[in-house]
Amino acid sequence: MLSYTIKRVMSLIPVLLGLSLIVFFMIRAIPGDPAQIILGQLATKEAVAELTKQLGLDQPWYIQYFTYLGGLLTGDLGESIKTKTAISQEIWPYLAATIELSVCAMAIAIFIGVNAGIISAWYQNSWFDYIAMVLALIGVSMPIFWLGLMEQWVFAINLDWLPTSGREEVRNPVESITNIYMIDTLLQGRMDQFWDVIKHLILPAFALATIPMAIIARITRSSMLEVMRSDFIRTARAKGLRMFWVVYKHSLKNAIIPVLTIIGLQSGLLLGGAILTETIFSWPGMGRYIYDAINARDYPVIQSGILVIAFIFVMINLVVDLLYAAIDPRIKYN
Amino acid sequence: MTNAPVLDVKQLRTSFFSEDGEIPAVDEVSFSVNKGEILGIVGESGCGKSVTSLSIMKLIPQPPGKIVGGEILLNGENLVASSEKRMREIRGNEVAMIFQEPMTSLNPLFTIGNQLIEGIKIHTKIGKKEAFQQAVDMLKLVGLPRAEQIMNDYPHQLSGGMRQRVMIAMALSCHPKLLIADEPTTALDVTIQAQILSLMKDLNEKLDTAIVLITHDLGVVAEVCERVIVMYAGKVVEEAPVMEIFKNPKHPYTLGLLQSVPDVRENKERLYSIPGNVPKPGSIKTGCRFAARCEFVHDRCLTDNPPLYKVNGAEEHTVRCFLHEQGGAVSG
Repeated sequence: MLSYTIKRVMSLIPVLLGLSLIVFFMIRAIPGDPAQIILGQLATKEAVAELTKQLGLDQPWYIQYFTYLGGLLTGDLGESIKTKTAISQEIWPYLAATIELSVCAMAIAIFIGVNAGIISAWYQNSWFDYIAMVLALIGVSMPIFWLGLMEQWVFAINLDWLPTSGREEVRNPVESITNIYMIDTLLQGRMDQFWDVIKHLILPAFALATIPMAIIARITRSSMLEVMRSDFIRTARAKGLRMFWVVYKHSLKNAIIPVLTIIGLQSGLLLGGAILTETIFSWPGMGRYIYDAINARDYPVIQSGILVIAFIFVMINLVVDLLYAAIDPRIKYN
Repeated sequence: MTNAPVLDVKQLRTSFFSEDGEIPAVDEVSFSVNKGEILGIVGESGCGKSVTSLSIMKLIPQPPGKIVGGEILLNGENLVASSEKRMREIRGNEVAMIFQEPMTSLNPLFTIGNQLIEGIKIHTKIGKKEAFQQAVDMLKLVGLPRAEQIMNDYPHQLSGGMRQRVMIAMALSCHPKLLIADEPTTALDVTIQAQILSLMKDLNEKLDTAIVLITHDLGVVAEVCERVIVMYAGKVVEEAPVMEIFKNPKHPYTLGLLQSVPDVRENKERLYSIPGNVPKPGSIKTGCRFAARCEFVHDRCLTDNPPLYKVNGAEEHTVRCFLHEQGGAVSG
């Protein structure tokens, strides 16, 4: 198991290398010159050329790439062209905001999705099953930006239950320690702020959770239906076991592996796909960070931001793979 | 060993409902099992043996299946009318069951110990330690070596025969009065079959558990059963003590089954087989269900449904065939 983990972590290197190369070229394919954007439309040609030289963008691409790569190897993510700060220093608050939002969204998606799938399979062809699966179908086909706007319109504007956007009450800002506000407010014992943070999280988290929730529900249902026809389920019932335990112990553990795979893949999509949600709800996360960097042609920020997200994505899927072996004793990694 | 019956099935009718209407898989089946007795239920695939056994456990998938009539009396208690809660108390405790496929009948993701202890703890109020000890004792009782070690093993680490022993240990762990074994040896190879059968017979004597042994293998019946029921297309066609069935079979179907058992003493090119297939449940509405495949068929068989007749000169021998209306014999 340990050697497998090490092997998997080592195999990250070529993946991330390839990715860094692709991102490097793709940004440079976007029209627009960083120096021109920083200096504005009215800047002289000389000033632009001077800044380009300062930024090192006059160098041939391979020198630029290897300088960047050299930095990465020593743990240096580069420096933002716009803010002139080290990216490794300024990235964390954005990353923390995205992690907080994605983890909440995923928790909602897993809790509701898995349970809806289980109940649908348990009471197959019941009205619950039909309604849940129609909702799931609507869920997967729902555009996030539309859902987000509708949520704001209904729950924030018409009902006035929840705030429209942001992470915290502007007049009562959270003092950040870890930048994950749910933890920060609890550490400081500020329950009022904790509820504020939760209220701000609900709408964006549900918007972000909708698609993964729908997919998880459908996969759980089909996986459970297959397992519940197994002989060992009949054995468990013949022992006199309650249906609840037959379903939640014997069936679920067998049905969960395909669901885990989907959870792993969807978590990655959440990290990247949060951009729309973050924009609609003015959530100061990675999506916003990278989106602003693209507008400013802030090459190092785009490169490093995408690389960090890719790294987390690959790590999540490594954890999922290791979980398979923890759940199923027949799976052995050598 | 004839005492009061442990299980008394009366006019049991279990049907499956589909778009074509009601399809009876078990049709007015009656039989009883005495305390400590081993009863064999024999028949081809699809004749309603497994549905009968699942009906007794009330584990028929519902819908589409449903027990539509009759009584299942377990020590006088009618299970057909029992609540699901009461059935959970009965399953695994008073009636236990083992299945055909030992390879898939155990949950692959839990240890043997976990699955054994789980069964014990459902029905008794003992602590974890005692339950563990009881599970180990059961494994030893069914003849598994290194019982403590097996407790921590997963099903895929055991062979088919060992898994069937575990299934038997699990089924008997609460000392049920009745064990239903649905083709327990079909998936095992011959030497293991013999071991499992002798184990079952041994435990039947030791624990005084009545056994309903469902099989399509007449050799198995001859080896362990005391009494036999032959089923065909959802109906009981013949019932007799085991020696009587082999010596003096009456129903043309039983006769056919016996003829298709290979005999090592004969050097036959081709094994006898009954022509045709078991009819689809519900496809025969009138007459004897075996008529289409019967060598002795006559006009009446196609229109009237034969009742069970007592065979002349034999005790406890009944047969569902017009040939025996006056106690006549089948000459074949």
